[in-house]
Amino acid sequence: MSFSENNKILEVKNLKTYFYTDGGIVKAVDGVSFDLKVGETLGIVGETGSGKSVTALSILKLIQQPIGKIVGGEIIFDDKNLLKMSKAELQNLRGNKISMIFQDPMTSLNPVYTISNQIMESITTHRKLNKKEAKKECLKLLEMVGIPEAKNRLGSYPYEFSGGMKQRVMIAMAIANSPSVLIADEPTTALDVTIQAQILELMNELKKKTKSSIIIITHDLGVVAKYAKRVMVMYAGKPVEFSVVDDIYYKPLHPYTIGLMSSIARLDKKQEERLTPIEGSPPSLIDLPKGCVFRKRCKFAVEECRKKYPQFVEIEENHWVACHRAGEFLDGSLSRI
Amino acid sequence: MYPEIKKDLKEQSEITEILEDAGMEKKYSRSSLYKDAWRRLKKNKLAMIGLGIIIFLIIIAIFAPLVSPYNPIGRVKEESSLSPGMAHLFGTDLLGRDIFSRVIYGSRISLEVGVIAVGISVTIGLFFGAIAGYFGNVPDVLIMRMADIFFAFPYILGAIVIMTILGPGIMNIFIAIGILGWASFARIFRGSILSIKNKEYIEAARALGASNFRIIIKHIFPNAFAPIIVYATMNVGSAILVEAALSFLGLGVQPPTPAWGKMLSESLNYIDIAPWMMFFPGIAIVITVLGFVLLGDGLRDAFDPRLK
Amino acid sequence: MLYYIFKRVLQVIPVLIGVTLILFILMYIIPEDPARLILQKGATEQALANLREKMGIDKPLYVQYWRYVSGLAKGDLGTSYRYRRPVSDILAEHYPNSIRLALVAIVIEVIIGIFAGIISAVKKYSFWDVLVTISTTLAVCVPVFWLGMMFQVVFGLKLGWLPMSGMGDGSIKYYVLPAITLASVSTAFVARMTRGSMLEVLSNDYITTAYAKGLPEFKVITKHALKNALIPVVTLIGLDLGALMGGAILTETVFSWPGIGRTIYLAVLQRDAPVVVGGTIVLVLIFVAMNLIVDILYAWLDPRIRFEQKELNV
Repeated sequence: MSFSENNKILEVKNLKTYFYTDGGIVKAVDGVSFDLKVGETLGIVGETGSGKSVTALSILKLIQQPIGKIVGGEIIFDDKNLLKMSKAELQNLRGNKISMIFQDPMTSLNPVYTISNQIMESITTHRKLNKKEAKKECLKLLEMVGIPEAKNRLGSYPYEFSGGMKQRVMIAMAIANSPSVLIADEPTTALDVTIQAQILELMNELKKKTKSSIIIITHDLGVVAKYAKRVMVMYAGKPVEFSVVDDIYYKPLHPYTIGLMSSIARLDKKQEERLTPIEGSPPSLIDLPKGCVFRKRCKFAVEECRKKYPQFVEIEENHWVACHRAGEFLDGSLSRI
Repeated sequence: MYPEIKKDLKEQSEITEILEDAGMEKKYSRSSLYKDAWRRLKKNKLAMIGLGIIIFLIIIAIFAPLVSPYNPIGRVKEESSLSPGMAHLFGTDLLGRDIFSRVIYGSRISLEVGVIAVGISVTIGLFFGAIAGYFGNVPDVLIMRMADIFFAFPYILGAIVIMTILGPGIMNIFIAIGILGWASFARIFRGSILSIKNKEYIEAARALGASNFRIIIKHIFPNAFAPIIVYATMNVGSAILVEAALSFLGLGVQPPTPAWGKMLSESLNYIDIAPWMMFFPGIAIVITVLGFVLLGDGLRDAFDPRLK
Repeated sequence: MLYYIFKRVLQVIPVLIGVTLILFILMYIIPEDPARLILQKGATEQALANLREKMGIDKPLYVQYWRYVSGLAKGDLGTSYRYRRPVSDILAEHYPNSIRLALVAIVIEVIIGIFAGIISAVKKYSFWDVLVTISTTLAVCVPVFWLGMMFQVVFGLKLGWLPMSGMGDGSIKYYVLPAITLASVSTAFVARMTRGSMLEVLSNDYITTAYAKGLPEFKVITKHALKNALIPVVTLIGLDLGALMGGAILTETVFSWPGIGRTIYLAVLQRDAPVVVGGTIVLVLIFVAMNLIVDILYAWLDPRIRFEQKELNV
């Protein structure tokens, strides 16, 4: 498998997004690189505060000014650097070519406008349709995302919908203009478990219909395993490992990923193997330790890890990792347990 | 109704979570609440300016006889309506009184009214607020309805009516402004108590057999005080403005005692021939009120940096 | 919605009873004998007793209160001690002038206050934001009547641009200074509130959603942020009408504006309690009514309130 240049729809290179707060500079995203291929579903995994959501927001330049700022890197979409685009170009892109689904459907819809008003707005911002046509389109979208009796719900306000229904509305808004990239930022975190599966299935189906590429951001490793083809693992604002799902699950090369994998229950594991949580907690993003950010929680840490941060390198084909000892895991000279 | 919705809307985004992870979370322990607040207040330049103004005014008011160059009520006929100059810094009025000295003495009335009237409001407010919040039920409903009635009165209007009926004089000003202000304090204090009442440490105190009175005094007061301090500071400013308005309308302190509002009403008919008469007392009021407003804003930010 | 309006109207009743009761008690517990005030010095005891009987002030307090309230319901606010005319007649002559002035002030308050608030929130920490913050902080510290006097000196006396006082022929130039004076404090409050509320709304997720749709900033602010941000501002404007009415007494006094405020002021000087209390009742009634309207407007702005009411109704 090789990456041909025209195969990539989106490429993020060395992205850095910092927040300037009273307490100091928070390096929420610090040197993230990845690419997204046409029709692919890519997963970004990490715990709260690992910078995965900020990465998503940065792609559409939706970082809250002036505290948040993208200080470096490139985001290439359609041969153009998104970070260098004019406001008008960017607006033309948002919701049209690249759209986004947010974490919390409860707060992501404007409470004082009806849902049809908000969906139609997505349509008419990018397409020249009159009100009647937009309404028809809106109805079609609502039916597509599985809102029952969609016709009667056009005039409803968001508070009249359940969380799952609201997320369906958000999805309808996001796919209104058949975007080439759909970014889903923890689309199911705020929902009940049963609803979560429905929403994910819906997204998967729509993806097949619309041929969009999807970036799914989550802390749920199960979701990634089921829907994503490749996965990037983030820790403390940095990418630590990036590869195809199988490699990440069965051949992890970064101690953090290794820890994550042994902390989840799996059917293919023997019963007597115990789930082992990773000890310690993530570092403060204001005073990141020198050297490797994971060092303090890492049982494989050596002297070198204290001195300098390991490069994010392609250690084997399509398998990127940032660890001084990844080579030893790879050739088997160091056991993962 | 609104606060609930607001809370609902304020679900934390991941960005604020990041900031929290970065070690910016709020500290909850009581002793550090006041210490932290003071530390933050000291860093706030505007609040320190406010505090400076207030301390300066208090010193001026206490040492008025030493600071003022003339007797504030002494008339010198030959020196009437002089414009500001070396002999009379702020000029003189039509009766030949030194305006600088009168402005200095005027600070006494304003500060007295501000502090005592708000003191009365706070006392009444805490008393009723504590009853309403702690006991709930019928006392709560009665007291809060009463507060509603007081809210229906525009502040100055209410003060004017009371003063008309009680007659002018400084004691009556204390009473009028003091009585009118209680409702806000009662409401704030009741709210604090309700939010604290069911916390674990109050339950614990009750389980240990502490009496109602003891619980209110020892456990609830210190925690509910922060908003009261903030609001009281700001309210001193409004009380001073109301006093000035009452004196301006002839309902305040009676002549010849110098009060800023009174001096302004005396100047009203002479703004064409002696505009300095109205300029300086007005500036004095603005600076004084500004002092309390700045300190109040600073205290609010210091106690709850998230509100900023 | 109708149910909501009905409920709010019901809630007003106890407030009105309380207000009239307090004013009544204040007026009738007045330390001075109104009969003496009316008849001046040297009246005979018999004349005083006759007058007391005529006024009904020899009756028990609750009888008097009932007479007072039932009179009030018919628009009878009592009789002026000084002019010996019905208070309602005196107020009726003056209230249209006050209403006109207040309306101009409200228009200024709403337009300038909201506009300044939006600018300073959207352009946070810019020159305009600093300007708005400084001027709103100062505006709440300035005594209304002093501001009026300063305007008179600067724009009337020194520059001669605008008339210094009175209503003249009622043309707009007479309104400018008193209306700006009256609106000053409220404008500052509205601007501050709009700024704060706007900043909070702008940090909401649905604003990010709106940007993510590709909407231009102008539309995000005017459509998505403004309606939400105005909800608390509308409440403030309602509550603030009280300050406007208090301010009316001072402003009308400074500018010799022939309205209710000045009438109350003159009555205060003459210790004419029925006029003071009657005028106050009218102002409080307007205040309460305005608040009611604001609450209803509020429910219209925010569909969730209607929803909550419906829930309770079931």
